Amino acid sequence: MSGESTYQPNNGFTKWMDTRLPLLRLAHDSFVDYPTPKNLNYWWTFGGILTFCLVTQIITGIILAMHYTPHVDHAFNSVEHIMRNVNHGWLIRYIHANGASMFFLAVYIHIFRGMYYGSYKAPREVLWILGVIIYLLMMAAAFMGYVLPWGQMSLWGATVITNLFGAIPLVGDSIATWLWGGFSVDNPTLNRFFSLHYLIPFLIFGVVILHIWALHVPGNNNPVGISVKSEQDTVPFHPYYTVKDGFALVVFMILFSYFVFFAPNVLGHADNYIPANPLVTPAHIVPEWYLLPFYAILRAVPDKLGGVIAMVGAIFILFVLPWLDTSKIRSARYRPLFKQFFLIFVVNCLVLGYLGAMPAEGVYITLARISTIYYFAHFLIILPLLGLVEKPREIPESISASILPETAASPAE
Amino acid sequence: MCRIGLQNRLEARVSDTNTTGNGTTETKTASHEGEPNRRAFLHLTTGAFAAIGVANVAWPLIDQMNPDASMRALASIEVDLDAVEVGQSLTITWRGKPVFIRRRTQDEIRDAKNVSLDALPDPEADKSRAENPEWLVMVGVCTHLGCVPLGQAGEFNGWFCPCHGSHYDTSGRIRKGPAPKNLEIPPYQFVSDSRIKIG
Repeated sequence: MSGESTYQPNNGFTKWMDTRLPLLRLAHDSFVDYPTPKNLNYWWTFGGILTFCLVTQIITGIILAMHYTPHVDHAFNSVEHIMRNVNHGWLIRYIHANGASMFFLAVYIHIFRGMYYGSYKAPREVLWILGVIIYLLMMAAAFMGYVLPWGQMSLWGATVITNLFGAIPLVGDSIATWLWGGFSVDNPTLNRFFSLHYLIPFLIFGVVILHIWALHVPGNNNPVGISVKSEQDTVPFHPYYTVKDGFALVVFMILFSYFVFFAPNVLGHADNYIPANPLVTPAHIVPEWYLLPFYAILRAVPDKLGGVIAMVGAIFILFVLPWLDTSKIRSARYRPLFKQFFLIFVVNCLVLGYLGAMPAEGVYITLARISTIYYFAHFLIILPLLGLVEKPREIPESISASILPETAASPAE
Repeated sequence: MCRIGLQNRLEARVSDTNTTGNGTTETKTASHEGEPNRRAFLHLTTGAFAAIGVANVAWPLIDQMNPDASMRALASIEVDLDAVEVGQSLTITWRGKPVFIRRRTQDEIRDAKNVSLDALPDPEADKSRAENPEWLVMVGVCTHLGCVPLGQAGEFNGWFCPCHGSHYDTSGRIRKGPAPKNLEIPPYQFVSDSRIKIG
């Protein structure tokens, strides 16, 4: 995909720079004259939206760190100080807290987009794996960030999650103690979580750069899932996709603003406005919505170690997705059976999320077990078999042919 | 190049829509020389909106570093002066800085009043520095580089800054040394005879 560079330095400084550090050439070739499939739909705008989310979280996070105190005696009060005293502190904190939810909303759409259009298939396996790494880092950052306000949910969420490591045979208890820096979640835990919560976004930033690099080697996948065959299949990234991404971003920001300004706490949990109390666990303890499906899987397994393995496996199975899917056809548009199973898979994930929010009792446990089994069956049974038994629809000759059905030269669409 | 070809096609399509939608005249007026066309108008208004949006977002991110409400709430304090005898001083903290409150002796007041303004690097009459001549209230921060001067010291028996040798007189005015200005007088008022509100 990466053809000849069309960058033309147009003044003395940029010419001088170009022979020393061709940064502008890199930017030009990556985001201006980068040849992009001309049929990308709005599901492809979430890469840009996610970059926006990451930058927003980093900026607001650095600001919050200026006013926050990572100490068990002061953390809760310093968050209230941010909300009440710091100029616009309420706005910055609500952007950061809801920004995490928006980040996950966007990343889930981005991941499901990749699954639907087969963006993980050759030659984009490394691109996909880097994406899964980013997702894992995001979960770690979100979890540790949720601990920092040091409310009841913070403390008990941290207790539950760190106790998962206790399930590891032989060394589990030592690992949990090591993570805590004590014998329970306490001040040393809060301190190190703050440090790591500050570090991880920058790690994500680095992996994002690799992710974009790995994207720009084979180039974008596209809704028909066939590779770019000629320059006629592409348009330059700017202005076509800068404008499309920009428009989608503005729509996304409207949703974001709705939460920040009109419903800043609906995605959180009221119990986290109660200061952490190591002597009393809240009656109903749940993680943030974006971790609920995995929480449901954890609770579905009636064994401590088994539950942890299932939960971790549910995420790590994504790493091998490119090799579990045996179909050579990328886009679900041409895979009638996969399309239906994909839909069931999405619904199943939503059901898992719902069950994760429900109490772990009665019918909910049974349903969670069925859903968990289906989740793994989708990857381990359905996807490998579908590739063998499914009869794909006829695939168009090229991207151009798929959107300009009559003659490639006609401007009508 | 094929890409240029496509762009031409897209532009051709745009003007087609204009013609069919509003008659040929609009396409012609839009391309008059000097007239801003629709695209330029959209560019300009979109850019203006984006700039306003960015400025609106940037301000809270900058303003958050200004003193917060808990800091501003400490911006004024009241001090009881009952215990201060003539010739004694009190140092209190106001906005994180020392404030000197000195009940001056008659000698000090006389020294302060008898100085010719021409002899001062930063000319200021004593009566404008101490409304009630008995009480001198000053921010105890040297106007040179921010050290705290020592009281009743230096060549003028006022204040002396040990950091770089600035001498202040009994009215807290700079007389000798590198400091450029007199010691600052904070805003204050007497709430009663023996109570003062600073800030």
